Amino acid sequence: MPTADEIYTKVRDTLVDALGVDDDEVTPEATLVGDLGAESIDFLDIVFRLEKNFSIKIPRGELFPESLAADQTLVKDGVVTPQGIAELRTRMSHADIDKFAKNPKVENIQELFTVQMIVNFVQKKLAGGAA
Amino acid sequence: MRWFWIDRFVEFNRGETARAIKNVTLAEDHLHDHFPGYPVMPCSLIIEGMAQTGGILLAEKLNFESLVVMAKIPKAVFHSWACPGDTLVYDAKILDAREDGGIVECTARIGERPVAEAEYVFACLPNSQSKTACQENFLKTMQLLGAGDVGPAAAGPN
Repeated sequence: MPTADEIYTKVRDTLVDALGVDDDEVTPEATLVGDLGAESIDFLDIVFRLEKNFSIKIPRGELFPESLAADQTLVKDGVVTPQGIAELRTRMSHADIDKFAKNPKVENIQELFTVQMIVNFVQKKLAGGAA
Repeated sequence: MRWFWIDRFVEFNRGETARAIKNVTLAEDHLHDHFPGYPVMPCSLIIEGMAQTGGILLAEKLNFESLVVMAKIPKAVFHSWACPGDTLVYDAKILDAREDGGIVECTARIGERPVAEAEYVFACLPNSQSKTACQENFLKTMQLLGAGDVGPAAAGPN
């Protein structure tokens, strides 16, 4: 089992390769979309590279949940409902949902996707079972 | 202009590797603009040729059940060029394949001279009749033209 630092370094290298960013741009707090310029197709590339670099399997939607905003019980009037927050906590235990819950606008969901979120996910994955 | 940037597959190892060739000829209109008086195969079309080799390799592995779309080229490096009279040899290798996409590594060379290398991310989109028509037509036309008959033309399909 690699150390937290080793995981972080590998995640950083993965993002440098996938997004073409400099390694000093990759910080734990950096958001994939806002800070590192990731587009939707990059998420697929990132998943492929994480699987290869860490020898893990990441089922579709596990790291980056899909179609959350399309469910009206989870999102109403552009805001994630309390039920939606609970759903996020279940599906994204690797993300900082507490921070998001303070301003749960749907457009802020992408701010959950940080470098640290990926590190958390990989750590849990390597520790065994689903993240 | 027809959007076929490979002439024939010469090797096809299902789900693993494929090799295709593209003969560059002075009869191709675009070579007279790129560049006037100095015809060179545009790098973008070599990228497309490698993508067609790798994309068909991946789509075949997935039994053509989804729409395989070139989504991203994380890496592309060019080492040299191709001129009329050259035969480009494209080699593609699947690095990863899953239901929602795949990564394919490709190289281009003329004889032993490296021309280009690139990595592709393909996304597999759900089949829908309207969207797949073009891809199906593309593949069927290639089949009719013999591009899918793996083997050298002189010897006939293997």
